Amino acid sequence: MNMRNIKTSWIVIGVIFLLGIFAVSKYNSLVAKEEKVEQAWSQVENVYQRRLDLIPNLVNTVKGYAAHEKETLEGVIEARSKATSVTIDPTNLDENALQQFEAAQQGLTKALSKLMVVVERYPELKANQNFLELQSQLEGTENRIAVERKRFNEAVQEYNTYLRKFPNNLIASMFGFEKKAYFKAQEEAQTAPKVEF
Amino acid sequence: MKLLLDKILKIFLLINLLFFGITAKSSEDCFPPKPSMQDKYRFVNDFAGILAEGEKITLEQDLRAFSDTTSNQIVVVIVKSLCGMDKAMFATEIGEKWGVGRKEFDNGVVILVKPKEIDGKGEAFIAVGYGLEPVITDALAKRIVENEMIPEFKQRDYFRGIWRAVKIIESTAVGEFDTKEYMARTHKTSPVFFFVFLIIMFFVFYGIGRGIAASKYAHQKGISFWQALFLADLMSHMGGRHRSSRGGGGGFWDDFSSGGGSFGGFSGGSFGGGSFGGGGAGGSW
Repeated sequence: MNMRNIKTSWIVIGVIFLLGIFAVSKYNSLVAKEEKVEQAWSQVENVYQRRLDLIPNLVNTVKGYAAHEKETLEGVIEARSKATSVTIDPTNLDENALQQFEAAQQGLTKALSKLMVVVERYPELKANQNFLELQSQLEGTENRIAVERKRFNEAVQEYNTYLRKFPNNLIASMFGFEKKAYFKAQEEAQTAPKVEF
Repeated sequence: MKLLLDKILKIFLLINLLFFGITAKSSEDCFPPKPSMQDKYRFVNDFAGILAEGEKITLEQDLRAFSDTTSNQIVVVIVKSLCGMDKAMFATEIGEKWGVGRKEFDNGVVILVKPKEIDGKGEAFIAVGYGLEPVITDALAKRIVENEMIPEFKQRDYFRGIWRAVKIIESTAVGEFDTKEYMARTHKTSPVFFFVFLIIMFFVFYGIGRGIAASKYAHQKGISFWQALFLADLMSHMGGRHRSSRGGGGGFWDDFSSGGGSFGGFSGGSFGGGSFGGGGAGGSW
């Protein structure tokens, strides 16, 4: 009887030990996948920052040729400062935070495409080498933004799928891992502002 | 009864169609497959069949030689459709998924062309790997597309347009990475080996030194040599010295293995594992 008790307790200890190892490995993969999402997010922020850095130069160049497009230029500057003010804690990528970020960046995208339409009226500006350079840089930045958004979404999808699978969901809820938000596909954000030469 | 069976079969087929029929048509299937080492054409991928055999051979030989001598990899991809993607995204994804360019330099370029003859809209894009972005800027890529490629493409001379673009990209890229630099960088592994040797020697001498110290200590205190060595080991664990030296070792091995792994692909794998982030520019006609 006693021997049997000892035997069962060993089995219980063994099972608990194995479960522990299992849980640790799941936990570690969750951490790794979360880390990947955060890394992808920092790339997203980088490319958006690149766009922000481009704007003062662009505005100045346009100002030199189209000074009386004050309203449009101010719109861009205002949208830029709004976009600069919205920052996200990468460890808390929830729906709400992402939407705020998205709204601010979207505002800037709109202001920029408005500026690019206005620019069409100034052939001298369109022939300016500096402006052409900036224009292609802006286009390139929009491409990079699209790429990094896509990679971020892929990383989030991988993380979320892993998180929701059984039994990972048990371990995730035990350690407070939460679902992360995606970028919504937006027509305007997907295509770079059309710039005709 | 037969009717019911028929119905069940129909529903089953429908479900199958829904799940597998749709996935088969997804963009993943449309996406061009990565060429393998054995393929006759690796650098020239003409899925639309617009280049003549001789043109393909000329281009392939040129691009292969350029890759072998300078380590920069330029890949030409001609497709029938962009799979519903934006051309910049499509070209970047090809570069990233195929791994064009060396892994340690990210010095790959993808020239993507979608001929106008297929659906009335011609598209071209030059995607530039991270490492070449400083030399082949978006503005330069734009100019190559607008001035070298599209005018030729309008004349339906696809080979000439691609050839001219390739020549400009080659002459620009060669300034950034050439074989000499490539060799110099990859030869960094030999100081690593020397470093390993030094560390091993250090531990050997350290061990001998400790052995001598322990035997002296044993002699003084009248205990056995092994007891003295054990005591010394215990003390060093408490002091935490042991741990710090091991931590350094781990990081060292990590670096070592990543340096060794990337070298393998140079003459072997189909491409080198380079990475793309949306650099480059394109145009349409």
